[in-house]
Amino acid sequence: MNTTEANAPVLKLQDIHKMFSGITAIENFSLEVYPGEIVALVGDNGAGKSTLIKIISGVHSPTSGSISIEGETVTMSNATMARSHGIEVVYQDLALADQQSVYMNMFLGREPVNGLGLLDRRRMIAETENLVKELDVRIPSAHATIRDLSGGQRQGVAIARATHWASKLILLDEPTAALGVAETAKVEEIVLSLKRRNIGVLIISHSLDQVFKLSDRICVLRRGKQIGVRETAKTDKNEIIAMITGLQQQ
Amino acid sequence: MSSANTSAASQGLANRFNLQQYVVYLGFLAIFLFFAVVLKDSGFLTVRNLSNIVLQTAPATIMAIGLVFVMSAGEIDLSIGSTVAVAALAAAVTLGHYGLVAGVLAGLGAGLLIGLLNGALVAYVKLPSFLVTLATLGLFAGVSRSMTDLRSIPVTDSVFTGFFGSGVFLGIPSLIWWTAIAVAIGHIIYRETRFGAHVLATGDNARAASVSGISVPRIRLAVMAISGGLAGLAGLLYAGRLQAAKYTLGETDLMTVIAAVIVGGTLLNGGRGSIIGALVGSLMMGMLNNGLILMGLSVSDQMIVRGLIILAAVAVSLREKSR
Repeated sequence: MNTTEANAPVLKLQDIHKMFSGITAIENFSLEVYPGEIVALVGDNGAGKSTLIKIISGVHSPTSGSISIEGETVTMSNATMARSHGIEVVYQDLALADQQSVYMNMFLGREPVNGLGLLDRRRMIAETENLVKELDVRIPSAHATIRDLSGGQRQGVAIARATHWASKLILLDEPTAALGVAETAKVEEIVLSLKRRNIGVLIISHSLDQVFKLSDRICVLRRGKQIGVRETAKTDKNEIIAMITGLQQQ
Repeated sequence: MSSANTSAASQGLANRFNLQQYVVYLGFLAIFLFFAVVLKDSGFLTVRNLSNIVLQTAPATIMAIGLVFVMSAGEIDLSIGSTVAVAALAAAVTLGHYGLVAGVLAGLGAGLLIGLLNGALVAYVKLPSFLVTLATLGLFAGVSRSMTDLRSIPVTDSVFTGFFGSGVFLGIPSLIWWTAIAVAIGHIIYRETRFGAHVLATGDNARAASVSGISVPRIRLAVMAISGGLAGLAGLLYAGRLQAAKYTLGETDLMTVIAAVIVGGTLLNGGRGSIIGALVGSLMMGMLNNGLILMGLSVSDQMIVRGLIILAAVAVSLREKSR
């Protein structure tokens, strides 16, 4: 896992600065995410985590600073461009179409067609079943309707979809916020298994337990400023809490 | 835990499938059997009467196909009620002056233009389709009245009336051909193409569709245009069958078409629907009309019965959605 330093970072943010109508939302933010690495982004509400996610996923473009993907500087003006660079987002609300099947959701907006221009359902089902098995997302079948699934199963489908399409980086926004204990454990297992696929993962979480369980490095934001990046193995909760709040713990 | 979840989920799935998917077929069968028994001496079961039902429902079925796309995308189109008359009149008037092809194009074009107008207001001005099409329903009802000063325009071109009305091709009446072709093409586009999938995704969760790269405004424009265009085709079928166009055409179809689509398993709020279901729903409404007339019910009683059926259909549809 620590051979990653040899590789180029999948994502490199350099001096990212973002202003919204004169108000600074993010300043001087720099971060690298390596393949197979899980980086956690933590900070209090309003610290700028969501803004950063939106910048990386192409929804907002930074006021200044550069984004590079595998060493290549990119400009992205919408989510489709980010996707074409191999970046996938698992949104907090999952962005699943509830009444459609699992396999249609897996290919939402990117459905394969056969020579006649008709949907290639067989391929969608087969690829869905493979991936669901690989990631051990326990759903009744690829044909199941999303609304018949539990919260954990839905989260599993959303992550599986991101995994299917992401060649470089997955952004996870609070992946377990709405889940119970057992389901959270299952989703954490899935997130850890993403490391084996050699893609970078940037995860936002409010749960420090989870951050320490999953991440290789932790990046702390406070009021739009980058407070620091720590290797998870070389820090502890007290230090991270102090960085998040700006107060020294007794 | 996962096996318990799985069986609960598939159990729920099975229940809903029974009700949602088959309610229209069961209803169709029940009504058919009811009339077959009650009206066995009134000529309900004759081939002539049954084929008449199909011929009479052809325009409503064509409109229903468009409405399945509209409702699946989470929108509604009330304007079809007056689009039919505008299209029929445009076709009849143009036909008289400029010939067959111009007449057909004028009818379809009028429908398509009304659909595009609705669609542009819904997709790009972001007005609710209910209000937009309620307004255009009234607007084009007025237009259809003023187009010919309430006069009925005869359609005498025998090619037109044969093609869109009383003609027979390979032993099958042209109205049945139109119905079958429209249903087949509609079904394939709805079920088997990316466009159909994107319509469903848009109605199901517009935000999810949007972040997945689907152009939601374009889908909304497209479904309204399809609905307008098909209402235009329905206008041609009316003009062909009745050999005349009048502002009253299609006036009473709106309720029937909405009922047919909802009974046919298309959700009012989008995300799920069926073209085949809408066809069966439309035939069911036609059969109901026909049977109630044969039973000697007055027009007002027919309206009451139809209203009750729509209520029941909406109740089932909403119950399904909220579960």
